[in-house]
Amino acid sequence: MTMKKLIKTIGVALAFSAFASFGAQASEGGALKQVDWPFNGAFGQFDKAQLRRGFQVYREVCAACHSLHLIAFRNLADIGFSEDEIKAIAAEYEVQDGPNDDGDMFMRPGRPSDRIPGPFANEKQARAANNGAYPPDLSLMAKARFGGPDYIHSLLTGYEDAPEGFELGEGMNYNPVFAGAQIAMVSPLGDDMLEYADGTPATADQMSRDVSAFLMWTAEPSLEARKSLGFRVMLFLAIFTVLFYFINRKVWKPVKRGEQV
Amino acid sequence: MASSTYEPKNRFIKAVNQQLPILSLIHGAVGAGYRAPKNLNYWWNFGSLAGVCLVVQIITGIVLAMHYTPHTSMAFSSVEHIMRDVNYGWLLRYVHANGASMFFIVVYVHIFRGLFFGSYRSPREMLWFLGLVIYLLMMATGFMGYVLPWGQMSFWGATVITNLFSAIPMVGDSIVAWLWGGFSVDNPTLNRFYSLHYLLPFVIVGVVILHIWALHIPGSNNPLGIDVKGPQDQVPFHPYYTAKDAFGIGVFFLVFAFFVFYAPNYLGHPDNYTEANPMVTPPHIVPEWYYLPFYAILRAIPDKLGGVIAMFAAILILFAMPWLDGSPARSARFRPIYRMLLWVFVADTFLLGYIGANAPDDVLHLGGVEIPFLILGRVATAFYFLFFLVIVPVVSRWETPLPLPKSINEAVLKKSAAKA
Repeated sequence: MTMKKLIKTIGVALAFSAFASFGAQASEGGALKQVDWPFNGAFGQFDKAQLRRGFQVYREVCAACHSLHLIAFRNLADIGFSEDEIKAIAAEYEVQDGPNDDGDMFMRPGRPSDRIPGPFANEKQARAANNGAYPPDLSLMAKARFGGPDYIHSLLTGYEDAPEGFELGEGMNYNPVFAGAQIAMVSPLGDDMLEYADGTPATADQMSRDVSAFLMWTAEPSLEARKSLGFRVMLFLAIFTVLFYFINRKVWKPVKRGEQV
Repeated sequence: MASSTYEPKNRFIKAVNQQLPILSLIHGAVGAGYRAPKNLNYWWNFGSLAGVCLVVQIITGIVLAMHYTPHTSMAFSSVEHIMRDVNYGWLLRYVHANGASMFFIVVYVHIFRGLFFGSYRSPREMLWFLGLVIYLLMMATGFMGYVLPWGQMSFWGATVITNLFSAIPMVGDSIVAWLWGGFSVDNPTLNRFYSLHYLLPFVIVGVVILHIWALHIPGSNNPLGIDVKGPQDQVPFHPYYTAKDAFGIGVFFLVFAFFVFYAPNYLGHPDNYTEANPMVTPPHIVPEWYYLPFYAILRAIPDKLGGVIAMFAAILILFAMPWLDGSPARSARFRPIYRMLLWVFVADTFLLGYIGANAPDDVLHLGGVEIPFLILGRVATAFYFLFFLVIVPVVSRWETPLPLPKSINEAVLKKSAAKA
């Protein structure tokens, strides 16, 4: 290899490593489990049954502390709930409305157009109920951490006993996936703590995968539309580009032959 | 470009063009009336690509502005409203966000092409200066645009960058308060950034027009860096370069679409999907990738004011290139030693970008050797300035260029004969 080539190669390698370092920055903690999600890859789409199971895990476990304030009941139609099912789910919640004609706020059953109400009225109430810790809203969590759904799954299944000599704060739990390895949330999932409506065995690992996939959907509901439109756009652009390549060659032919234009 | 040879055949068009010679203008600017060197390679595609990027950003930006709310309590959720409830809002936002990155990639290549082939040399200094003004305006526009979604990185990036002005002696703190419109980055800051983020792209359009105007006075430079000697060295812009640019746009859009549809958040930071919170500082505040080399230079200098000066100097020094370079040849093609050092400089800027993405107290593990990023950043910064202040002036005057071809036409004919 000549000196010139060597320098060019080093330059290109550096360029790629610099570029790759943005996406590849791992979380603060240990390495993440790499899950082969059904929505990975250029043609990957959501597994609707998995998302519905994930919604069940959210409702029966996570929702005790975590809100999902960007999701309205009507959005559940995207993951395969019928209109009647959505109405029934919404009606299970009490939503504040008003003021009425007397000027008073009142509670009424939820409607499909309502956002899913969170467990706490505000941050202070959430902290008061959780030893001062604030359970974050989960709507965008799958895009708000390096690793996304891999991070959520790794965190939920990453609880361990603290190693010898590790100073654990009061009421904290050891989880090497979490930044700083101490997390206020206790390990939330255990085998068979709920019964899946579709009969899938509810292992902790299964529930963790399902709720992580569900949170990917809440964070990126347009994923399916994006990938299917993307394929058509890429195909169109590829044909367009090949055509322009040949047009360009044809246009330049006389000049390449040495003719004056 | 006013003296166009455009002769419309249609009587109506002829009448219109006589009273408003806009068609003559287009014909002379990017039509058959503008003759460009016939040997331009694919590096020359990036000028038109930059223009395409600007148009894409303005169109998507105007539509996004119809749905966005510039208020600290609503900005973040209005962006999510765009992502979820606006028809194809996700597409508009991802095109706009990735479009900014694409714009910078294209412009960096365009600037590099100018450096490599000596496009900043006489008689094109004004063209080069106007290009750098566009680049500075882009930096400001991109920075303010990144603040608008009001995520954690938006807020803390804005806090860090605006705080740089506090390094100015005596009046620094007053200037920062004036920029903020208060005593911290808050609603007045968001409002003015929104206003300016909408304004500056149109200022860029204005300077782009000046840039193209200044291009048409001497005409395009070319890979050989020698002057055009006559029409035999040129081809009409249309259809030759319009066809070539169309092909380039196709390739570019494929790359662009790949990011938009398959990796839309790859170039962003996950922290920006958490709403801004003035009470919680992220562990690492990093700017968008296109500022990272300058961020590394800022942090390499142990003194705050010195760091700020070095950072701005790193950009402004490009204005001096026409005087720093004293070589008899424009193009680096005929300057093998300078060319090699220029590639080392490019590698150095990538290295600086990589350093900027990492915390200065971190350590780079390189085959068993541990190099602190702080030290690496200082060495890379030193080389950056060494290149402009020593290497360019000395090597350009000392190195004897290889023999230049007699004319563009001769070189092109020789090349096509070798191929045939």
